[in-house]
Amino acid sequence: MSGPLAFVLRRVLVTLPVLLAMSVLVFLIIHLVPGDPVRTMLGFRATDATVAEMRHQLGLDRPLLDQYVSWLSGVLRGDLGTDLVSHASLSELLAQRLPVTFELAGLSMLLAVLVGVPLGVRAATGGRWTRRLTEGFVVLGVSVPDFWLGIMLVILFAGLLAWLPPSGHVAFSDDPVGNLRYMALPVLTLATGEAAYILRTTRSAVESVLGRPFVTFLRAKGLSPRRIVQGHALRNAGPAIVTVIGIQVGVLLGGAIVIEQLFGLPGVGKLIVTGITQRNYPVVQAGVLAIATAFILVSLLTDLIVGWLDPRVADAAS
Amino acid sequence: MTTLGLPAAPRRAPRPRRPGRLILLGLLALLLLAAAAAAAPWLAPWDPEEMDVIGVMGPPSAAHPFGSDVMGRDVLSRVLFALRASLLVSTSAVLLSLLVAIPLGLVAGYFGRWVDGAISRALDMILVLPAMLLAITFIAILGPGSTVAALAIAVIYLPILARVMRTGALVVTRNDYVLGARARGASHLRVLLTHVLPNALGPVIVQASILAAFALQLEAGLSFLGLGVQPPTPSLGSMLADGRDVLTQAPWVEIFPGLAIVAAVLAFTVLGEGLRQAFDPEGVAE
Repeated sequence: MSGPLAFVLRRVLVTLPVLLAMSVLVFLIIHLVPGDPVRTMLGFRATDATVAEMRHQLGLDRPLLDQYVSWLSGVLRGDLGTDLVSHASLSELLAQRLPVTFELAGLSMLLAVLVGVPLGVRAATGGRWTRRLTEGFVVLGVSVPDFWLGIMLVILFAGLLAWLPPSGHVAFSDDPVGNLRYMALPVLTLATGEAAYILRTTRSAVESVLGRPFVTFLRAKGLSPRRIVQGHALRNAGPAIVTVIGIQVGVLLGGAIVIEQLFGLPGVGKLIVTGITQRNYPVVQAGVLAIATAFILVSLLTDLIVGWLDPRVADAAS
Repeated sequence: MTTLGLPAAPRRAPRPRRPGRLILLGLLALLLLAAAAAAAPWLAPWDPEEMDVIGVMGPPSAAHPFGSDVMGRDVLSRVLFALRASLLVSTSAVLLSLLVAIPLGLVAGYFGRWVDGAISRALDMILVLPAMLLAITFIAILGPGSTVAALAIAVIYLPILARVMRTGALVVTRNDYVLGARARGASHLRVLLTHVLPNALGPVIVQASILAAFALQLEAGLSFLGLGVQPPTPSLGSMLADGRDVLTQAPWVEIFPGLAIVAAVLAFTVLGEGLRQAFDPEGVAE
């Protein structure tokens, strides 16, 4: 079987074992805790009876495979278990937290692409000063830790200028303008570093396309530089840029964990960190599972887009 | 061609490369930072733990060049000691990762076939999670602390370093001198150590230097979350977390530790870039 449909099917099929492997890893988190995880959770003052009860409640007294199968079937039905501290349903908790993280990551990536791609094209085609300025931006963007950049932005925009709130969150559905005001600094923080990566990738991808013979031909044919870049160079550089965007979504989701903490955003990252400090393992598992699944699905989507942009990739894979 | 005023002429190798300068600059900066960190007990004007109740959140002054923090501790002294912890965690993470990645990648690239398949697939498993999430998962299991943070960062870098080593070994193994050595009766181990490793190590060292820069940022991020270096030992990341609530009143508490991170990251980046130009012209390292 070949053709685009086969490519899509193949990619989806390859993703399934990856998801499965990730689910095993997440399931094992609680089992890999050295010593007795239940003891660790409850503290050393807990009675043996309490420990035994908790162990039973978590199903830890059953055979491992049995536990995995029932955990996974629960996950597939949307039942992620309960928060040990607040006793809330983890599915409901994630339903509240995920939109915050996705909004943060999505807006950051959008801004990074809107800035990084045009600047990258300019860097590939512009003069010496354009190159130097963009190179400086890349070096700083890659070397400055994003959360420190965030702190500096807070000092500037929330402290000195008092334009934006330093931290906090309101839901978009409650107050769209307020939501964006709270999101502005975290998004700017995450987007700056990402824009530097995307700029660098775009620059080198466009540069390498511009060196190919067909571009010389287009030039000889009399096409304007603008049309060469927009109609041909960018089109051919697309797959490389999309691939990096896909990889960077993972970096962004990881970075969001720190940024959420910095800006007091109630996202999944903050949930995971609080879960770790409280030794609330089910919460950690649910949070990691959600972020990792999102990451794997974005990788799949990236591959599909690259295959669609560049049919040669799809053909080679079939 | 360029006389037509088209800006998009192919521009290859626009400037002469001077890797020596970059390597020297990076090494010099690193040595300076490492020396400052190592000599912290003698260089620091104050005890990093000493609290001066009157001077709480004092701005930079002659006595406290970087100001003092929420508890009246001297920021300069703390930055020097924190640099110690941060450099120690990040470099030991990379070294630890190298120690495992080099043999794995070497064996995978040299023997190929199922050995390569098994090692590569096993390492791919690590890439299932984004780096920061994997580090945090690791800490969720083993508990917070600087050793666990270093271990987590080492695991994250394992597949990257091993892959670069594997590619290098794969290329070198195809050379006739390797075949010749084998024909002369040299053992696999001898061929690996005397022929393959020395000729394939360049890109791995380049990659390690680049990753050290990221390790510093990862460590700072983890310590910022309270999951890395634990108090009372100061680390650059945890200093940033300590000053989080007062950052508009006492920005110096946040500015100086951050500048120290940026300086160290830049030093590793410059060194890595110089090494890349010198030892990895084909760009095997990512």
